[in-house]
Amino acid sequence: MTRRKFLIGGTTVAGGLIVGYGLWPSGRLARANLLAAKPGERFLANWIKIGRDDIITVVVPHCDMGTGVFTSLSQMAAEELDADWAKVRAETAPADPLFANGPLAEGFGLEQMQITGDSIPGFLRATAANSFRVIAEYMDLQTTGGSASVRMTGVYGMRIAGASVREMLVQAAAARLHAPLRALRTESSRVIHLPSGQSFSYGELAAEAARYSPSAHPKLKARSAYSLVGRPVPRLDIPAKVKGATQYGIDTQLPNLCYGAIRISPVFGGKLVSVNDSAVAEHRGVKKIVRLDDAVVVVADRFWRARDAVGALEPVFDHGGNGDVSSKSIRDRHLAALNDAKIKQEHVTGAGAEALKNATVVERIYNVPYLAHAPMEPVNATALYKPEGTLEIWAGTQDGLGSRRFCAKTAGLDVEKVTFHLLPSGGGFGRRLPDLWNFLSYAVKVSMALPDVPVKLIFTREQDMQHDFYRPNVTSRFRAAVNQDGIPVAWVNDYTTDDDPNQEAHIFYGVPNQAYRAAKITTHVPTGPWRSVEASWHGFFIESFLDELAHQAHRDPLEYRRALLADKPRHLATLNLAAEQAGWGTPLSPGCARGIAMVECFGTIVAHVAEVEVSQDGAVKVHRFTSAADCGMAVNPDGFRAQMESGVIFGLSAALYGEITINRGAVVEQNFPDYEVVRLAQCPTIEVHMHESDAPLGGAGEPGIPPVAPALTNAIFAATGVRIRELPVMKHALAQAARG
Amino acid sequence: MGIRLRVNGVAHELDVEPDAPLLWVIRDELHLTGTKFGCGIAACGACTLHVNGKAMRSCSVRVGSVAEAEITTIEGLGGGGLSPVQQAWIEHQVPQCGYCQSGMIMAVSAFLATNPTPTDDQLAAAITNICRCGTLPRIRAAVRTLAAGKGAGAAG
Repeated sequence: MTRRKFLIGGTTVAGGLIVGYGLWPSGRLARANLLAAKPGERFLANWIKIGRDDIITVVVPHCDMGTGVFTSLSQMAAEELDADWAKVRAETAPADPLFANGPLAEGFGLEQMQITGDSIPGFLRATAANSFRVIAEYMDLQTTGGSASVRMTGVYGMRIAGASVREMLVQAAAARLHAPLRALRTESSRVIHLPSGQSFSYGELAAEAARYSPSAHPKLKARSAYSLVGRPVPRLDIPAKVKGATQYGIDTQLPNLCYGAIRISPVFGGKLVSVNDSAVAEHRGVKKIVRLDDAVVVVADRFWRARDAVGALEPVFDHGGNGDVSSKSIRDRHLAALNDAKIKQEHVTGAGAEALKNATVVERIYNVPYLAHAPMEPVNATALYKPEGTLEIWAGTQDGLGSRRFCAKTAGLDVEKVTFHLLPSGGGFGRRLPDLWNFLSYAVKVSMALPDVPVKLIFTREQDMQHDFYRPNVTSRFRAAVNQDGIPVAWVNDYTTDDDPNQEAHIFYGVPNQAYRAAKITTHVPTGPWRSVEASWHGFFIESFLDELAHQAHRDPLEYRRALLADKPRHLATLNLAAEQAGWGTPLSPGCARGIAMVECFGTIVAHVAEVEVSQDGAVKVHRFTSAADCGMAVNPDGFRAQMESGVIFGLSAALYGEITINRGAVVEQNFPDYEVVRLAQCPTIEVHMHESDAPLGGAGEPGIPPVAPALTNAIFAATGVRIRELPVMKHALAQAARG
Repeated sequence: MGIRLRVNGVAHELDVEPDAPLLWVIRDELHLTGTKFGCGIAACGACTLHVNGKAMRSCSVRVGSVAEAEITTIEGLGGGGLSPVQQAWIEHQVPQCGYCQSGMIMAVSAFLATNPTPTDDQLAAAITNICRCGTLPRIRAAVRTLAAGKGAGAAG
């Protein structure tokens, strides 16, 4: 299994229970204090510092890319710690192996093995947990992805760290008072001696508490006892963000800073042939022209001078043998691959494809295009190489420790010689994950060409859009056999993939015979995880095909889904909640209609009902999205709601407009006018309803997205009778079909 | 011979080309990094600031064209504190990654100065800034709150 797959590969079985916690041996606390504690602060266990001034700082092994995890993870630690929330702060963990994210390895490890903590014998649990810490260090694991921060780092890390630190503080107070532990309780960052009423603040006790070892198995609170988790506390990062004070990677300031502007071969894989150096000889501020294998960079004293100069260089690139590839040629290859007899079966239930024989078979083909991530902050990195062999980098990525290792490898340096400063990201959506780090690699190479000069390399929006790692172009062909009631008894899905088979292709609906076949196709177009990953396409495919089957059977799409969810109570309840809140079945104005879809992704079930209007001229207006979600329990309900709203808008931008087109081997779209997104004028009303359950905590950042496109296209079908099987919606003419 | 620029009430004399983009002069010469680069072609609004009280997309404004003008960036908006728009942004928990929010706040502030009680449609027609995180419903809700305060005659 690849590192990427381990981290963000889709999977649906969540490990539910704790197996203990890979806590640091005491020698590591001293090192952590050296690395990341300010005067007056000290670490008591992994991730938690307490200051003499009573300020508790949660050190978060994730990036801040906007999803609010610094707040929700701090809530989880503070809950178990009985901390005074007003005195809790959060900061980014250093990109050091000491702060590798063991709980993340543990969470994903358990998920991949499809086991829960209960399956590991008690006496082995601490060993297992420690192994995950070692694995995290080995893998340089500090990744933010897979909607994993709360459900992995929080569940397997932060709350155990909080609870064990609380126990250490109680032990310290007990020793001071020569009192039994049971005479003490904790509240609002104080340990209180019940018989006397005497109390000590956490800050007062921190130094003494640090002499005790944190327990790997502290007593954890039951959900019913939570007072901070489950509360919509305001996010810790927002005050700085409204003031424009947050320092993103692109805001890095250094003495004598220079700026790099890059031009990369438009055709992926093309090489730099020539540049016209003399064209910039008179350009003010130009320091150096750096020729790279597949790109050219101009370094200047100001960014706009570098940017203008790199344009003036008129670089020439070859096509690397890919000059004939187009979206159409790629599409043809996908269709051909599905007809290849050697296509590999990856999963089967019941009689599989055999059940299609002698039955009424419905067949449909769907396709989604390449998509760019297009975060608002174009990718960039600042690097400073010193001739004595050290390298320092400042950037926003989705993995600080992994980035450090990557930069060291790129520079050919030992990792100890490299410092990586992880800064907040202006959006990520997968663009800043491991394996997608072209911006780091170019920045490191440029800095090595200018020793002692810090260089901030910024991709223009055009370079960012044309040199992304795109959500793959995927084609899927479904065949279903239906019974006399129109209910599917066989479900066969052949799909293309540029990676391993996709677990997210598998359905949760009760169809007795299923078969899945994956046809692997790679092209020269670089691809990578895009917010919600495999579910972003399989959600559209599955929920579209199911809707088609419902309409073909002349059955209501909601009622049809219900019939297939008899043994899925959480799914059924979530679907029903969305439908009820949306007023499913109640009349709408002429031209308006509803569509419904539901997808489970990263442990969270989300159902959307879209309400759309298609005008006579074919214009689609999305009026309303009614959403229901079951993530077990939301740590910060307002933050969770924000992520669902975010998912609806991100998903709608992609479904309505999103397409990266390949022509002559290169990306056609250059900037936002060609890659349009939902703005205020297209933004529907969004209502989010929660279905609470006792399920393990699910993700928040991604699960809102997959059901958006099918809810939308199912509604468009209900309004017009036009079935959209290829995204985006924008490229389909709906005018003739629209009913008045 | 430099370009004279007045930003957040402070006068500067800068040795830059008159056709340098205002955005990059503000960021790289004055080190005011709250104003963001998003697209470079005035399509996204991340770089919005005020020139004589009017919202402008600074990536596409030549610095020479605004010499002598009164320029305000996000850093100067609240006059040391928080403006009503910034307060409403906190109350409604608007930002996610936050990168586009300086531009959003500047665009909305200038718009509300000319139309303090807009309808949703008027807001949507005026504010075309891009937010990839999808904070748009909360922006709408925050502006409704601000407009309701004005409508009721409350202090702004």
